[in-house]
Amino acid sequence: MTPHMLTRSLDRGATIFLLVVAALGVLIPLSNLLLPAGSFFQVPTYLVALWGKYVCYAILALSIDLIWGYCGILSLGHGAFFALGGYAMGMYLMRQIGTRGVYGNPILPDFMVFLNYSKLPWYWHGFDMFWFAALMVLFVPGLLAFCFGWLAFRSRVTGVYLSIITQAMTYALLLAFFRNDFGFGGNNGMTDFKDILGFNVQAEGTRGALFMLSCLGLIISFLICRAVVSSKLGKVLIAIRDAESRSRFLGYRVESYKLFVFTLSACMAGVAGALYVPQVGIINPSEFAPGNSIEAVIWVAVGGRGTLIGAALGAIVVNYAKTFFTSGVLAPYWLFMLGALFILSTLLLPKGIVGTFNAWRESSRERRPAAATASAAAEDGVTEPKMAE
Amino acid sequence: MNVMDTRATSALLYLDGVHVSFDGFHAINNLSLTLAPGEMRAIIGPNGAGKTTMMDIITGKTKPDEGTVLFDGVTDLTRLDETRIAELGIGRKFQKPTVFESQTVQDNLLLALNVDHSVKGTLFWRGSRAESERIDKVLETIRLTDARNRLAGSLSHGQKQWLEIGMLLAQDPKLLLVDEPVAGMTDVETHLTAELLKEINKTHTVMVVEHDMTFVRELGVKVTCLHEGTVLAEGTIDQVSSNERVIEVYLGR
Amino acid sequence: MPTNLSARLCTFVLSLFLIAFALPAFAGPFEDAVAKFANDDYSDTDEAIGVVASSGNKLAFPIISALQDGRLMADPDSKKVYVTGTDGKSIDAATGEPVASVPDSASAVRLNNRLRRSVDAAFGSLTLQSPDLGARLQAAQSVFKSHEETALEPVEGALAKETNRSVKAALGDARAAILLFKSDATEVQKLEAVATIRARGDQEALALLSDIGTDQPAAVTKAAASAISSIQSSLAVWSTVQNAWYGLSLGSVLLLAAIGLAITFGVMGVINMAHGEMVMIGAYTTFVVQEVIRTRYPALFDYSLLIAVPLAFLVAGAIGVVIERSIIRFLYGRPLETLLATWGLSLVLQQAVRTMFGPTNREVGNPSWMSGAFELGQITITYNRLWILVFTLAVFMILLAMLRYTALGLEMRAVTQNRRMAASMGIATSRVDALTFGLGSGIAGIAGVALSQIDNVSPNLGQSYIIDSFMVVVFGGVGNLWGTLVGAFTLGIANKFLEPVAGAVLGKIAILVLIILFIQKRPRGLFALKGRAVEA
Repeated sequence: MTPHMLTRSLDRGATIFLLVVAALGVLIPLSNLLLPAGSFFQVPTYLVALWGKYVCYAILALSIDLIWGYCGILSLGHGAFFALGGYAMGMYLMRQIGTRGVYGNPILPDFMVFLNYSKLPWYWHGFDMFWFAALMVLFVPGLLAFCFGWLAFRSRVTGVYLSIITQAMTYALLLAFFRNDFGFGGNNGMTDFKDILGFNVQAEGTRGALFMLSCLGLIISFLICRAVVSSKLGKVLIAIRDAESRSRFLGYRVESYKLFVFTLSACMAGVAGALYVPQVGIINPSEFAPGNSIEAVIWVAVGGRGTLIGAALGAIVVNYAKTFFTSGVLAPYWLFMLGALFILSTLLLPKGIVGTFNAWRESSRERRPAAATASAAAEDGVTEPKMAE
Repeated sequence: MNVMDTRATSALLYLDGVHVSFDGFHAINNLSLTLAPGEMRAIIGPNGAGKTTMMDIITGKTKPDEGTVLFDGVTDLTRLDETRIAELGIGRKFQKPTVFESQTVQDNLLLALNVDHSVKGTLFWRGSRAESERIDKVLETIRLTDARNRLAGSLSHGQKQWLEIGMLLAQDPKLLLVDEPVAGMTDVETHLTAELLKEINKTHTVMVVEHDMTFVRELGVKVTCLHEGTVLAEGTIDQVSSNERVIEVYLGR
Repeated sequence: MPTNLSARLCTFVLSLFLIAFALPAFAGPFEDAVAKFANDDYSDTDEAIGVVASSGNKLAFPIISALQDGRLMADPDSKKVYVTGTDGKSIDAATGEPVASVPDSASAVRLNNRLRRSVDAAFGSLTLQSPDLGARLQAAQSVFKSHEETALEPVEGALAKETNRSVKAALGDARAAILLFKSDATEVQKLEAVATIRARGDQEALALLSDIGTDQPAAVTKAAASAISSIQSSLAVWSTVQNAWYGLSLGSVLLLAAIGLAITFGVMGVINMAHGEMVMIGAYTTFVVQEVIRTRYPALFDYSLLIAVPLAFLVAGAIGVVIERSIIRFLYGRPLETLLATWGLSLVLQQAVRTMFGPTNREVGNPSWMSGAFELGQITITYNRLWILVFTLAVFMILLAMLRYTALGLEMRAVTQNRRMAASMGIATSRVDALTFGLGSGIAGIAGVALSQIDNVSPNLGQSYIIDSFMVVVFGGVGNLWGTLVGAFTLGIANKFLEPVAGAVLGKIAILVLIILFIQKRPRGLFALKGRAVEA
């Protein structure tokens, strides 16, 4: 990122958001580690892990907002990219277990011994090295998104059609990862992780560091998204979202733009998944379930699509609510609430929380000078950006 | 060399024997038309005459079933997609004004400028003095300088039409295709638009599709009348409007 | 463990004592043979089977059939053998006297594979002349499989008396099987036998012929080899037919699930992710109808589906109208929002049904006319699958006719083609919207009635169909009912032909990948509409 892109990206809201995330990223782990357990300001370890999970979801939400909010691509398969990143990290963590597994095989993870594998499948090689796994976290979701997007965007699959085939994509992956002979632990997935880079994943210090890293991941993802949307490319994306064929007639290669932003977004989702897995301690095929992906979309819708900050907030708010309600007596009603959230947020709050807030602030700012010079009122009301079909 | 070939190579736009049908309906039927460099041509014709479909073919939105479409005498437009054709220098204004409503007037023009349109180019773009000067000039031409920071969606219908013409100017194409530029405009606006197009025509080749006869008369250029996807008559407005077949199908007598 | 040991010793002494006194009292070849079942020795059991089967005793049939089902209980201590009936009552196998209960020390007589063949053969010869046609047929089949030489005489005896054609054919096959394996049968007999078995032409015939061994005359081996290859090629044809049938059957299910969607998504352009839940509601309507019938009017059970079809249509259709009026009409022209809102709706509907009916599968029965199966050549066709195919096609035709010939159909097409024009012609577009959506939902409800016959009725029923349904509609081409028909059957058949090659899961994945690739090639589906209107 060049300096002019950085300065352009940071408006006031973005700066505040970044400062808050950075402060929480430092303060929460420090309070967990330094303050005595049980003290009022001490954040318990389980909460550090839980909030770490929310932060990963916030990164996933950002990645969805980048393509949906700014380019009109509604992916119902982003959970797949998240899960692929998670699996890449899971494979690294599995290889780190070494002889400490139940079967004590130095090379093969337990499930392979159990399923009578004689040697490591070729695609598992290299995952004992962290740098390789980290590369794969970006590369695998990115490659899938690139291939998928190349096919879809080139033949101009748009709107709900694209949504449906992204859903089919994650569904196909779900079926595939459920299979034992696919070599990723089948139904049970991967769990019982021990170390990451030599540190015990269960240790409080590691959890704190992972939380910090997740916040850093959120900050970097946010900066990348901001840089993209505040550049001229961002304007092109919005142009494509609002009037795709018009953009073509202006000489923009729409499929290249979509492909770029879709692949970038998938890589981001992969990073979110990779940060998520060591904190929750398990990755299994249910992450590919179509319901997960569509739930992530609603975080963005609730927070406000096309606002980035809203997407991140939406992810945290909805997931906090989910944790809160599913653990109490209201658990049987959670699905009613989630369902109602889908319906009400689209019907009553189409701009989401942050979008509505921004619109309110804008209109109140406009009203003040307008009161002075009444004649300056706009002839038509501000037309809402319409969703690209 | 025969006559056809010289016609093809000297023309900026050359259509010959073009056919298109949708599910058995012949939208364009043996359409042949040439446009010389620097010319302004008005296209008239009743609804369903194939005017918009013809523009779709020229801009690559629709592929003809058969026929030749040449640009600049050499480039076969039927093999190219919209983006490539736009890059070659054909700009289009739609029948229904299509501007980027959620972006400002200024940004609309910025998007239309014929500069680097690649992903990399736009991602690392930084504004230049030359660019903003060009935008200022276009804003002045289309009389929207005061509205530069307004959202395009909040403009009036006539202003949107002009903004779209402005976008064509920013795009600076060799050939402008203008589809019904004065639809829904007041008489004053219509007059100003005619002036604007004549001004543009000094430096660009223009093809205008329009229903408004007063406007076409005001342009004072060669007129082509289409009917059922084929050329019915060609000539000055007076010649065409006195043509018996035109009167029969178009003026509804 | 002294107590245990002493207890065992005690029983041992006691049983010696009992045997000493009991045996003389029941002496006789049949009784002796029955007692041998209690020795828990395979060769004794084998001997006993032979004797019992040829004894002519009226208890022979119950004993052998009990042995076959694991209901023959033997007490090693008392050497007494009991037959436990399917009704739970027991008799003494040697005398036929009813007994109050079988002692705890008795256990089922064990069999190995060799014995199981003897039992099958014995059973076969015992039932070859049973008055029950099904039993005779089964007996002949079992002789065919076991081809015990001892069964030859009973088979020939039965063959002479048999009048039913299919039993006669089965007996003929059985006789051929025995002769083929009989070491002292003539070459001519064996060649005839091969011809008979070749004519039978099924998997069992193939197994039998592959099993004849090497000590056969050269001509017989050759004939058998040629019969094997002929049966194999005919079986290959039949397996293609079978796959095609399975494919048609799956296609009809897909079509049924997708046909309502073809209306709401294909015709109206509304993407309804709660479509699967409409199907589920139809299935639960069937469940409720059957519950009421079971408790109040059990005699009407066979009509339960006929009652459920209109009810499911009304229930799902009414819910559809409510959904359209309360949610979807505010979201016209915003397909992505519609998608999200209806997904939320699907969560609510699922959870509502889960709260009302519980999360587990509910039992929906097949009426008698939908149970069972019949054979067509070498394939088995179950009645429920057949009826579903017929039903699906009927629904499709009715829908097609409705769209073409009724006023509502005309209005529907008018509104979907040009809303503004239709409105200015005096069509109440919002009423048409609601009714169209209700129609699509109602058809989904009907689909639920049919699917309740072959799938588990649970709150998740709809989820398993939603992706497939969308694939069918998108593949077939939006806005074209015929496309949906062709799409459903193409996908169904492709799936079933891929399954044996790639396995069920990989086959499904392959289909999904192929559709994704197909949509790249033809984004508007198989039967796409063309022209300027489509792009707008």
